[in-house]
Amino acid sequence: MALLDVTDLTVSFDTPDGVVKAVNGMNLTLNAGDSLAIVGESGSGKTQLAFAILGLLAKNGTAAGSVRFDGQEILNLPEAKLNAIRANEIAMIFQDPMTSLNPFMRVGDQMAEVLMLHKGTSKRQALDESAKMLDAVRIPDARARLRMYPHEFSGGMRQRIMAAMALLCRPKLLIADEPTTALDVTVQNQIMNLMAEIQRDFGTALILITHDLAIVAGSCLETLVMYGGRVMEIGATDDVFEAPSHPYTLGLLKAVPRLDVPQDKLQTIPGDPPDLTALPPGCPFSPRCPASHEPCLQAMPSLEGFGTGRIRACHAALEAVV
Amino acid sequence: MSAPLLEVQDVSVTFDVARQGSWPWTPPHALQAVKQASIMLEPGQTLGLVGESGSGKSTLARAIVGTVPISTGQVLWRGEDVVGLSAAHQRARGRHVQMVFQDPLDALNPRMTVGQIVAEPLLTHFPDLSKEDIRAKVGGMMERVGLLPALINRYPHEFSGGQCQRIGIARALITGPELLICDEPVSALDVSVQAQVVNLLQDLQRDMGLALLFIAHDLSVVRHISHRIAVMYLGRIVETAAAPELIANPRHPYTKALIASVPIPSPKAERQRHRPVLEGELPSPMAPPSGCVFRTRCPIARASCAETMPAVAVLENDHFVACPYHSEGETPS
Repeated sequence: MALLDVTDLTVSFDTPDGVVKAVNGMNLTLNAGDSLAIVGESGSGKTQLAFAILGLLAKNGTAAGSVRFDGQEILNLPEAKLNAIRANEIAMIFQDPMTSLNPFMRVGDQMAEVLMLHKGTSKRQALDESAKMLDAVRIPDARARLRMYPHEFSGGMRQRIMAAMALLCRPKLLIADEPTTALDVTVQNQIMNLMAEIQRDFGTALILITHDLAIVAGSCLETLVMYGGRVMEIGATDDVFEAPSHPYTLGLLKAVPRLDVPQDKLQTIPGDPPDLTALPPGCPFSPRCPASHEPCLQAMPSLEGFGTGRIRACHAALEAVV
Repeated sequence: MSAPLLEVQDVSVTFDVARQGSWPWTPPHALQAVKQASIMLEPGQTLGLVGESGSGKSTLARAIVGTVPISTGQVLWRGEDVVGLSAAHQRARGRHVQMVFQDPLDALNPRMTVGQIVAEPLLTHFPDLSKEDIRAKVGGMMERVGLLPALINRYPHEFSGGQCQRIGIARALITGPELLICDEPVSALDVSVQAQVVNLLQDLQRDMGLALLFIAHDLSVVRHISHRIAVMYLGRIVETAAAPELIANPRHPYTKALIASVPIPSPKAERQRHRPVLEGELPSPMAPPSGCVFRTRCPIARASCAETMPAVAVLENDHFVACPYHSEGETPS
């Protein structure tokens, strides 16, 4: 049985400009201990997908469909039941570690609070456990650091604290939303290594949400590409990068300069990211797609399986995507 | 040989920072944002400036434009020192050196139309132009950067990030500058739009003979657009070389670590790479390490590194490196 099973998930927001569909008919499965990257640009719905899973949507947002975690339906659960799952079963790391840590609380108190609240441990035990976890994410001198405030740490250190805090209750699933976007490359490298170690040592399943294709290549087994709230393709990371089956994935891969292979000119994807209030009736990528034709403008292609465990949503023939 | 377009010689920039909880009369702490940086730029060439946040790359750019005061050193524009010129001279020079900023929307006045934004430098530098001339020039420039001239009366918020960056580029180019300083021009943009702006800058450079100073933290993008690359760390330029040479044959341990940290969008290539992790983080610029600033994280550091700031060694192929042990220790591990 899959650890996480999302079927037909739709997330929409009521805004003054009308209803905005951030996620539209989303399907994904993740097995225990596996890693999945969700790749997309701004407005692709990747963050709202994660928020919907954890019940963190803004007040004007509604989620429909089904999210099963460990066989249990968790979508739109009442707050009290969700709180039993959050942190205990599913934990999340956010993009900006400074804004997700409480600046007025000592790091140790914030971390201990998680255990005291979710596991009912005593403060002393919780602090011991927190120190151990800080040690595990390679924060030197963990004991003394527990008494420090978030602003006394650097960005990379704060992200390590976030990771340690997320792991305190030994969740089965860790969702990392752009964990390295605010960090420098050398620190990004450290944090991505840490993610790999966490997976190995704790057996946690990982969903990595990012816009950066390059960090996906070295970190996740499976890759899901999103655009305009829809799944474009899903497959093993190797397959998706070696032989992308969707024009959008192909376009993205060609648009990023590579350090190891110099290009003469970058290939671009014309146009701008989609306006979610005015999505085209068919495939959201059709206005920018080089392989776009009649059916693309009328109906969203359905997700179809092909090859070994790969799924794509595109009207164009597979051979046409080169 | 004629003088290069821009020559920055041993420029240092120091900011005064008040100490925490200090009395108003206690002397402020000096923060050395840039220390003895030297770069050179030929007409029509691109110099990439890479470094992590806090390395002083933006400050160096601002020092060149003249928006932050230089403590010591010279900025030569076509062989002529421009440090300490009168305000009027500085302004006249502004026509030749323009800047493009990181956040495209923040850099545009939300209460001005695109037409007004793009025309503003013309009004400053060419006050004698007639309204028709300005309108024609603005329309032409908008078209050149890929914006429909019909959008001239729209406001910045009506445009996407990529389009706003095009507006910023149009504004910078309207006075016909010879040097365009781009401070992280694509880092706030989506991947698919990033390539459009990079290509636009390259096209404009070719057509208008622009020199570019391209500042970014993303080494892949810098490698793609630059002829030469200078690597900064904590206010110092640690290595300068032609772009292919720097990537293929880095000599400074920091450059090596930086290149090794850049992820490559190919699972196969990633698996085959040796990727040593550079431990630690940038030290505080308020209290930089003595001697070589990189020594606290350097895999080949030794006792002598703490004593003196390393001199810049000149290697073959115009390769400059500020590390006396550049020929040792192949890859840091």
